Amino acid sequence: MSTDHLAGQAPARVAFYNDPKIRSIIYQAALCAAVGFLIYAAATNAIDNLRRAHIASGFGFWDTTAGFDISQTLISYSSQASTYGRAFWVGLFNTLLVAGFGIVLATIIGFIVGISRLSKNWLLSKVATGYVETIRNIPLLLQLLFWYNAVLKSLPAMRESIVIPGGAFLNNRGLFMPEPVFQSGFGAVVAAIIVGVAASIAFAIWARKRQERTGQQAPVFWVVLALVIGLPFVVLALKGFPLTFNYPQAGRFNISGGIEVLPEFAALLFGLSIYTAAFIAEVVRAGILAVSGGQIEAAYSLGLRPRPTLRLIVVPQAMRVIIPPLTSQYLNLIKNSTLAVAIGYPDLVQVFTGTVLNQTGQAVEVVAITMLVYLTISLVTSLLMNIYNRRVALVER
Amino acid sequence: MTMAEGDLAVTELHFVRERAIEAQPPPAAMTGAVGWIRENLLSTPFNIALTILIGLLLLWLIPALANFLLVDAVWSGADRDACREIVQHREIGACWPFVWERLPYFVYGSYPIPERWRVDVFFAMLAVGVVWLLWLEAPRRDLGSAYFFVVVPVCSFVLLHGLPAVGLPVVDTVLWGGVLVTIVVASVGIVVSLPLGILLALGRASRMPTVNLLSTMFIEFVRGVPLITVLFMASVMLPLFVPEHLEPDKLLRALIGIALFASAYMAEVVRAGLQAIAKGQYEGAMAVGLKYWQMMRLIVLPQALKITIPNIVNTYIGLFKDTTLVFIVGIFDLLRTIEVSRIDPKWATPVTSTTGYAVASMFYLVFCYGMSRYARAMEARLATGDKR
Repeated sequence: MSTDHLAGQAPARVAFYNDPKIRSIIYQAALCAAVGFLIYAAATNAIDNLRRAHIASGFGFWDTTAGFDISQTLISYSSQASTYGRAFWVGLFNTLLVAGFGIVLATIIGFIVGISRLSKNWLLSKVATGYVETIRNIPLLLQLLFWYNAVLKSLPAMRESIVIPGGAFLNNRGLFMPEPVFQSGFGAVVAAIIVGVAASIAFAIWARKRQERTGQQAPVFWVVLALVIGLPFVVLALKGFPLTFNYPQAGRFNISGGIEVLPEFAALLFGLSIYTAAFIAEVVRAGILAVSGGQIEAAYSLGLRPRPTLRLIVVPQAMRVIIPPLTSQYLNLIKNSTLAVAIGYPDLVQVFTGTVLNQTGQAVEVVAITMLVYLTISLVTSLLMNIYNRRVALVER
Repeated sequence: MTMAEGDLAVTELHFVRERAIEAQPPPAAMTGAVGWIRENLLSTPFNIALTILIGLLLLWLIPALANFLLVDAVWSGADRDACREIVQHREIGACWPFVWERLPYFVYGSYPIPERWRVDVFFAMLAVGVVWLLWLEAPRRDLGSAYFFVVVPVCSFVLLHGLPAVGLPVVDTVLWGGVLVTIVVASVGIVVSLPLGILLALGRASRMPTVNLLSTMFIEFVRGVPLITVLFMASVMLPLFVPEHLEPDKLLRALIGIALFASAYMAEVVRAGLQAIAKGQYEGAMAVGLKYWQMMRLIVLPQALKITIPNIVNTYIGLFKDTTLVFIVGIFDLLRTIEVSRIDPKWATPVTSTTGYAVASMFYLVFCYGMSRYARAMEARLATGDKR
C-alpha cells in the first residue's frame, strides 16, 4: 500500500545536472572534446609546420637509398645499395642481438648474486649486498660511458693488441676471435643435435609417465646429456670433424678475418647485464624468501633430502613469484638497450631514430615506427606473461 | 678408607642430586669471534673455498680502489701535466685538481657567475622543502606540502629564469647546466608526476568508459616505450605540434617528456595503493554522503598514498637516475658537463675520464642510496603501524 502510494507519487525532483548518469555523460563528452581538440590542433599545426619546412610526410623514404654505413650488420647491407627500410631491419636485429645476449648474461649473474645474498657465508652475502646496492643506485648511462670510455677505449691500440691464447686479439678496436667455418658434412651434426633434443624430450616425457605409474625413476639427466652432447659429438667424430676455424690475422694497421666484437657492443652488453642483474638478484631473493619455512620443514619431515627439497619444493614455488617481475626486468633491459645511442652502438634507435631521422627529417614517421616496435615487444611479452601467469597461478580450493 | 667411613658413605649416598650442576660455558670454538667465524665463514668445505675466493677478490679490489682514489691520486696541479705518468714518473690515480677546477661548471653549468647566488638560494629552498616533507615529526606538514608543491616551483622559476620586473635579469636555459639541471629536471618530474599520476590512476580506476580507456591507453603506451623515444618525441615532434611562434625551449621539452613518462609509472604505483584499500572504506565514505572528490580526498587517497610511500620513493629513485637521459637530447645535465670536461685538452689524461665518472657515480650513489634508505625506513615504520 505504502509502495503504491510512493509509486503513485512523482519521483523526487533532482536537477538533471545532479543525475549521476547524465553527469558522467557530460564529463566524458567534455573529455572527448578536449582530447579531440588537442589532436586536431596538433595535427593541423604539424601539417602547417611540415609544409613550411618542405617536408613531404608519408613513408616514401622507406625505399630510398640510405647512403650511410653501419658498423655492425647481421644481414647484408651496403651504404650504396641498401634502403632506409633495410637500415631499420639492421638496427632492429642489432637491438635483438644485444638484448638476447644481455638477457642470458643478466639472468646468470642475477641468479648467482640473488642466491649469494641469502648465503650463510657472511662475506659472500655482504659482497652480494654491496654489489646490488652500488649498481642499482648508479644510472645505467653513467655505467655505459664508464665501460666504453674508461675501460674499453683505454685498452692497448691495434699495434700492441693483447694476444689471448687460442688465436684471439683484444685491443681498443674490439675483440677479434676465430670464426668457425662449417665444411660440407656439418649438416649431419646439425641433424644429430635436432634428433638428440627431440629424443631427450621424448625420453623425459616417458620417464615422467613411468614414474607416475610405477614410482621408478630413470636417470634422465645422464640420458639427456648423452643425447644432446654425446650424439652430435659422435657424429662430428665419424664425419672427421668437418669444422675449421678462420683465425684473425694481425696486419700492420688492421686485423683481417675472424669474428669482430665491437667495443660498443661489449660495453653495452656488460653495462646492461651488470645493471639488470642487480635488479634480477633482488627479484630472485624476494622469490626465495616468499617460500615459507614451513614448506621446507614439511619436506624434511617427509624425508626429502636438501637437494630434492630445493628442486621439488622451493624452486617451483619461488619461480611462481619470480617469473612476473623477472619478465618486466627483461623488458626493462630491452628498453634500456636504447641507451646504445650514447656510445654509438648501431641499435634501432641509433640507426633509425638517430641517423635516418636526421637525414630524412621525417620526425613523426620515424619516432612513431620506433615506438611501435618497442610497444609491440612490450605488449607481446606481457601477453605471454599473462598466459603463463594463468597457468601457474595458485588454484585455491 | 676405614670400614666406618665406608658404611657412612653407603647410608648417606644420594642418588638424586639436590643442587643443579652449574651450566658449563659452551666450548671456546663455538662462541665469540672464533665461533662466529666458524659458523659464518668456514661451516663447510664449500664455504671455506668461497671465503678464500672472495677474500682474494676483496684483497685485490679494495687496495686497487684505495690506490686509485687516495694513495696514487694527484691532489694539486694546474693542468694535465700534474696527472700524466710520463711527466710525473709514477703511478697516477685520480686527478682531483681537474675536478676541483671544474667543480663550479659541474654545479652551475654556464650560469653567469654574478647570478649564481640565485642557484644557491634555489638549492636551499628545495632542501628546506624536502626536509619539511620527509621528516615525519616536522611541524605543520600540511603547510610543508603547500610550500613544496606551490611556493617552491613558482619561486624557483622566478629565481632561476629571472623576472626583470623584480630586478632579476633573465638567464636563458641554454646557460643552465650541471647539478642545477639534474636537480631541476628531477624536481619537476617529482612535483608534476605525483598529482598527474594520481589523476591517471583515478582515471584508470574510473567507471566512465572513455576516462578509463584514455587513461589506460596513455599509461600502457608510455610504459611500453623506452624513455629515450619519449624524449625524442618531446624534442623533435613537439615543436611540430605547436604553432611556430610558440616553439618551446629545449629544456622545457625535455621536462615535459620526463614529467609525462614519470606520471605513467607513478599512476601504476598509486593504482596498486588504491586497490589495496578495503572496499568498505569506499562504501563507508559513500554511506556518510561524501561526494566522489570528497571521498577520494578525505578517505581513500590519504590511506592509499600512505601505504605507497616506499614505492613512490622507489619511483623517484628511478626518475632521478633517468634524468641522465636528457644528456642524449643535448641538455647539459651533470653527466654531460662531465663528458664535455673530460675531453677538454687542458685536462686530457688517461685518468681524467675515470676521475670524472667516479665523481658522478658518488653524486648519484649518495642521492639514490639516501632515498632508498628512507624508503626502507618508511616501510619498516608502516609495517609496525599495521601490526597494532
